[in-house]
Amino acid sequence: MTSELDIFVGNTTLIDEDVYRLWLDGYSVTDAVALRVRSGILEQTGATAAVLQSDTMDHYRTFHMLERLLHAPPKLLHQLIFQIPPSRQALLIERYYAFDEAFVREVLGKKLSKGTKKDLDDISTKTGITLKSCRRQFDNFKRVFKVVEEMRGSLVDNIQQHFLLSDRLARDYAAIVFFANNRFETGKKKLQYLSFGDFAFCAELMIQNWTLGAVGEAPIDLDSQMDDMDMDLDKEFLQDLKELKVLVADKDLLDLHKSLVCTALRGKLGVFSEMEANFKNLSRGLVNVAAKLTHNKDVRDLFVDLVEKFVEPCRSDHWPLSDVRFFLNQYSASVHSLDGFRHQALWDRYMGTLRGCLLRLYHD
Amino acid sequence: MPGKLKVKIVAGRHLPVMDRASDLTDAFVEVKFGNTTFKTDVYLKSLNPQWNSEWFKFEVDDEDLQDEPLQITVLDHDTYSANDAIGKVYIDIDPLLYSEAATVISGWFPIYDTIHGIRGEINVVVKVDLFNDLNRFRQSSCGVKFFCTTSIPKCYRAVIIHGFVEELVVNEDPEYQWIDRIRTPRASNEARQRLISLMSGELQRKIGLKVLEMRGNAVVGYLQCFDLEGESGLVVRAIGTACTLDKLSSPAAFLPACNSPSKEMKESPLVHPPSHGCRSTHNSPIHTATGSRLTQNFSVSVPTLIYTGMGSGSAGKEGGPFKALLRQQTQSALEQRGGSPHRFCRRREFPFFTLTAFPPGFLVHVGGVVSARSVKLLDRIHNPAFVGIMGNTRSYKLLDWNSFNSDEPETRDAWWAEIRQEIKSHAKALGCHAVVGYSESTSICEEVCILSASGTAAVLNPRFLQDGTVEGCLEQRLEENLSTRCGFCHIPYDELNMPFPAHLTYCYNCRKQKVPDVLFTTIDLPTDATVIGKGCLIQARLCRLKKKAQAEANATAISNLLPFMEYEVHTQLMNKLKLKGMNALFGLRIQITVGENMLMGLASATGVYLAALPTPGGIQIAGKTPNDGSYEQHISHMQKKINDTIAKNKELYEINPPEISEEIIGSPIPEPRQRSRLLRSQSESSDEVTELDLSHGKKDAFVLEIDDTDAMEDVHSLLTDVPPPSGFYSCNTEIMPGINNWTSEIQMFTSVRVIRLSSLNLTNQALNKNFNDLCENLLKSLYFKLRSMIPCCLCHVNFTVSLPEDELIQVTVTAVAITFDKNQALQTTKTPVEKSLQRASTDNEELLQFPLELCSDSLPSHPFPPVKEHLESASSNSGIPAAQRATSVDYSSFADRCSSWIELIKLKAQTIRRGSIKTTVTVEKASPVGDGNFRNRSAPPCANSTVGVVKMTPLSFIPGAKITKYLGIINMFFIRETTSLREEGGVSGFLHAFIAEVFAMVRAHVAALGGNAVVSYIMKQCVFMENPNKNQAQCLINVSGDAVVFVRESDLEVVSSQQPTTNCQSSCTEGEVTT
Repeated sequence: MTSELDIFVGNTTLIDEDVYRLWLDGYSVTDAVALRVRSGILEQTGATAAVLQSDTMDHYRTFHMLERLLHAPPKLLHQLIFQIPPSRQALLIERYYAFDEAFVREVLGKKLSKGTKKDLDDISTKTGITLKSCRRQFDNFKRVFKVVEEMRGSLVDNIQQHFLLSDRLARDYAAIVFFANNRFETGKKKLQYLSFGDFAFCAELMIQNWTLGAVGEAPIDLDSQMDDMDMDLDKEFLQDLKELKVLVADKDLLDLHKSLVCTALRGKLGVFSEMEANFKNLSRGLVNVAAKLTHNKDVRDLFVDLVEKFVEPCRSDHWPLSDVRFFLNQYSASVHSLDGFRHQALWDRYMGTLRGCLLRLYHD
Repeated sequence: MPGKLKVKIVAGRHLPVMDRASDLTDAFVEVKFGNTTFKTDVYLKSLNPQWNSEWFKFEVDDEDLQDEPLQITVLDHDTYSANDAIGKVYIDIDPLLYSEAATVISGWFPIYDTIHGIRGEINVVVKVDLFNDLNRFRQSSCGVKFFCTTSIPKCYRAVIIHGFVEELVVNEDPEYQWIDRIRTPRASNEARQRLISLMSGELQRKIGLKVLEMRGNAVVGYLQCFDLEGESGLVVRAIGTACTLDKLSSPAAFLPACNSPSKEMKESPLVHPPSHGCRSTHNSPIHTATGSRLTQNFSVSVPTLIYTGMGSGSAGKEGGPFKALLRQQTQSALEQRGGSPHRFCRRREFPFFTLTAFPPGFLVHVGGVVSARSVKLLDRIHNPAFVGIMGNTRSYKLLDWNSFNSDEPETRDAWWAEIRQEIKSHAKALGCHAVVGYSESTSICEEVCILSASGTAAVLNPRFLQDGTVEGCLEQRLEENLSTRCGFCHIPYDELNMPFPAHLTYCYNCRKQKVPDVLFTTIDLPTDATVIGKGCLIQARLCRLKKKAQAEANATAISNLLPFMEYEVHTQLMNKLKLKGMNALFGLRIQITVGENMLMGLASATGVYLAALPTPGGIQIAGKTPNDGSYEQHISHMQKKINDTIAKNKELYEINPPEISEEIIGSPIPEPRQRSRLLRSQSESSDEVTELDLSHGKKDAFVLEIDDTDAMEDVHSLLTDVPPPSGFYSCNTEIMPGINNWTSEIQMFTSVRVIRLSSLNLTNQALNKNFNDLCENLLKSLYFKLRSMIPCCLCHVNFTVSLPEDELIQVTVTAVAITFDKNQALQTTKTPVEKSLQRASTDNEELLQFPLELCSDSLPSHPFPPVKEHLESASSNSGIPAAQRATSVDYSSFADRCSSWIELIKLKAQTIRRGSIKTTVTVEKASPVGDGNFRNRSAPPCANSTVGVVKMTPLSFIPGAKITKYLGIINMFFIRETTSLREEGGVSGFLHAFIAEVFAMVRAHVAALGGNAVVSYIMKQCVFMENPNKNQAQCLINVSGDAVVFVRESDLEVVSSQQPTTNCQSSCTEGEVTT
């Protein structure tokens, strides 16, 4: 006696959250059944392994049919084939677009192309995430990227509108898309200590302050604006950043800046002497990062540079985080007292974001 | 020109990409009705076209309106080649033809293609303007309402229940036409879908005409079926119960019609049904022209098999003549036409009712199940019917269809008339003149067809059947009889002249009338019946191998096997019923399925313990070789196991009948041999009976003889049936006896399983085991899948077995899981109606703030536990000190009525209590809304889905809700075929998707009618054929039900208490809960 056909169709589509998770995690039916058996479900319900097998198959089939709709979540809402309560629809979408921290760290900032897709095998082996799950996550990134790539307006809003994700998840996707678009390097060994959350935090600050959309008003010269509002950094801004070079190139200005900072922080900093000794190096590092951002290559290395030029020196001197905060606050604020420096607004736009990023990046 | 049909095509969405180059589609729509076709403009390059067409108007006869479906075809425009069809929508416009139903059909319909399934949706608006037409010779029957529901629909009142209506139409099957050789599978499927749609329309119209002729205005319990007879054609047949219904303006208590006595009654004995004397069991072929048609007939009267006890004794002296009189009245009522006697016609021949639930007082006595089966040969031409459907191997035969068709309907009519006659005579033998819960079915395998009919013989109250009424004294008697809740259990036949040996006792309830020891019926449990404990699903399953044979030899083999199968099915049912400690079966449905090399029998019923019937005895096991020590031990071990199971079941189903000593009952029936005996088969009846030790157990203990391995197997299989896991109940009737407190969550589902038998040396035993396992595993799977709904009950569990191929067994189950409140799981005999009435009355009092004494009395006697809980929870919310409130509860619960002073306080307390109830209501309603808002914020676009929820249920009601309007019947037929089975996920993927699509199309049609639920939903056919080698599969599904609008009871209450804000809120919450 073999079962040829075995199906269950409810008027309201049954969604088993546990099985959905197993399916998303890329387990085969056999593996999923084994995992469910291990979870003790048979003892709880008095079911047999055959029942579990049939149930798992049913759910997998349903998910497989739903997957096509999940690729365009608004379709899931309007389709008539599966009657699913809204709360369950939201859960289906949210879980489908959720991703693993380990996986996203591997592909963050990489080009979402076929080439990267070929590397998924290695990523799967490295992270222990099934290849199937890696593919789903990668395809999700790519799909979201493709949809919002050409769109104007707020990146987060666009994502939310077209994929019906929660606010939090939409922000994460915005970060992923932003990183993929600007190809920020995140894979270097030096950057391994950083979490996705750290990068997402920086991405959000950068989207808010350094992109075209951040300027507030839409650019007036519409003819030349082929750039995406939130995805690309404001080219003009990057050009202007060169002007900041004067802060380190002009020796008087550098000394004045240093003395202002030192006066303000004397006695308040545990690592005052180290700061005093390192001030010029640090300041040079930060300003040079800004000045170099006109080159795409240097944009990609932004995080590497920040870690090399600022985070690592401070960390080797064992600066506590509170001291870093005091220093960065004072370092940015003191510039306002430099009479000879004319680019106050530019400095604030640059340093405001950078300070936030650096504070987030500064940990072990 | 009595009607104008208007159609507007608004828009499409989610269309498939038809042009690979642009990834877009140039769609337009063809609207066709009858022979007229309109077209919309082509909407270029869009997957979401906005046609917004003008109104296409069709001027048609109402006859066509009833027969024809509106056909909407969506196509992709192609400049150079032929336009590609995207898919079709068939809309049955029948619901627009009667005034009380829908007025407009408007909504999104899935665009369906028989090869690709659903491909996008189309928004259509349909309206009908009907002109009055008083032509009395008209062929249309617009205005007759149809209901699938097998009881009087909830918002109607039955004025008269006229009786049985039936009709069938026959046509050639397009799959077997010569043209099928040259057309595509798609064209063939569409021809078939369209033809069946047409035939259903025609059938419905013809039935409607019959109803009008009977002066009725509705058909209740309408059951339409298709017989795919292959080469010999396609039969669409329907049965129903004609009624005159009145719309209830308010949910008042049911009042049967009570007209003044008419003189028709006097004439009635003169009117003899023409059927007298025409009872035919072994008839000669009616149509000799069709050749060697085998019309060997076969029938089994069920009760003769069921009651194998001994019973004798004197009749209740009053009972006899009274019954005779009553019977006469009923008979005359049934055989007489309502209205003018001169229009008497043969339709009254069959006093059958397809209803399974009745207005109170309608059912007087129930005799037992009557059934008849007949084996017929469809055609002399041998041709593998279903193999021909699979694409390439289509039939190449060219038949002269015209000559063939001409005699077809008559033949089928005669076949059914024959069976119905038999049912009628069986009912008569049981002293009954009516058959209720009547249904008909067929099973076809190649050229052999088994026709089956079954029902419950009953005596009915004639008052409902005609305008006339019975004489005063009889009516009084009737009232007396009806006032007791056990009336229907009393035997309708004479004790002295019993149609079969039965074991009678005095009714355990009224102690006046006789009742049988066991009662089998095909109807639902009457609402006023007193039941002890809960019920459960009982199934008998049986397989019998049969040699492959052809034509007459095959039919003979089948008819020889049938009696044994029926016998065994009943034995199994009886054993299982005893094992459960119960004494009655309701909703019995026995299905016999014929395959090429086997016969399958599946009987499902809901077992209950009726308080009026005697306590069932246990099951005794007796061995054949009493001297063998180890064997004896084995037997006693088995006996112990059976006794344990019975005890366990009694506990499980809460069967604790009150102890009644023999003296009280009085035992006027002398019982020289106090036992009944169940024989394995007739031939085995030996004198062993006297040797058996029957001292154990009660007087009517059941004896199982174990004389061979077969019997051993039977006993084993009895014990292998596993009860459902705790928290689960199941039944195949509308509702579970013993559970009244349903909550609103329902989940309707269909589950299909097909197993392949290993063909090596199949024995009956192995086959039985396989089949048993299949059904048990299927049930286990259902329990597991629905575990999140615990505590819940699977209601209306409907199993269908088919044998699509040699070694395949297909089982289809449709049922609904309904949750209930465990805390409130009190055993009350109150019917839902009573309950709601009660609630309504208390509501009114709350509203008026008018503390009547009635109220203060009723509350303590019917304490509502949840009210108290609310009260306690509310005490923290409102300003009244909790202590004060606590005292008020005390007073209302333990009121001392002696003191008027206390009365006064009590009244006050209730006023406070009422106030607090109100606050709780608002608090409760408010919190989920807050929740909803929160969710809105976190995922804004998800909350406002445009797709409305449509509930589906095989039941005639929706728990916790009130049906306010019936929108019309849904009767849909779909074919799906694939030539890429593997790509679509194999057979499971294919069928899963198809069933989901069928559900979607039913929901869309209901939503377009303005409804939010389908009740009495049934999947009448699910014919699945596969050919994995060719990567092909085909499936035909036929579903039906009643589209309705329902309103939550909670909403109604809030409306009645005039709190518009709360109402709004609750409907919001409603959305959250039900969606």
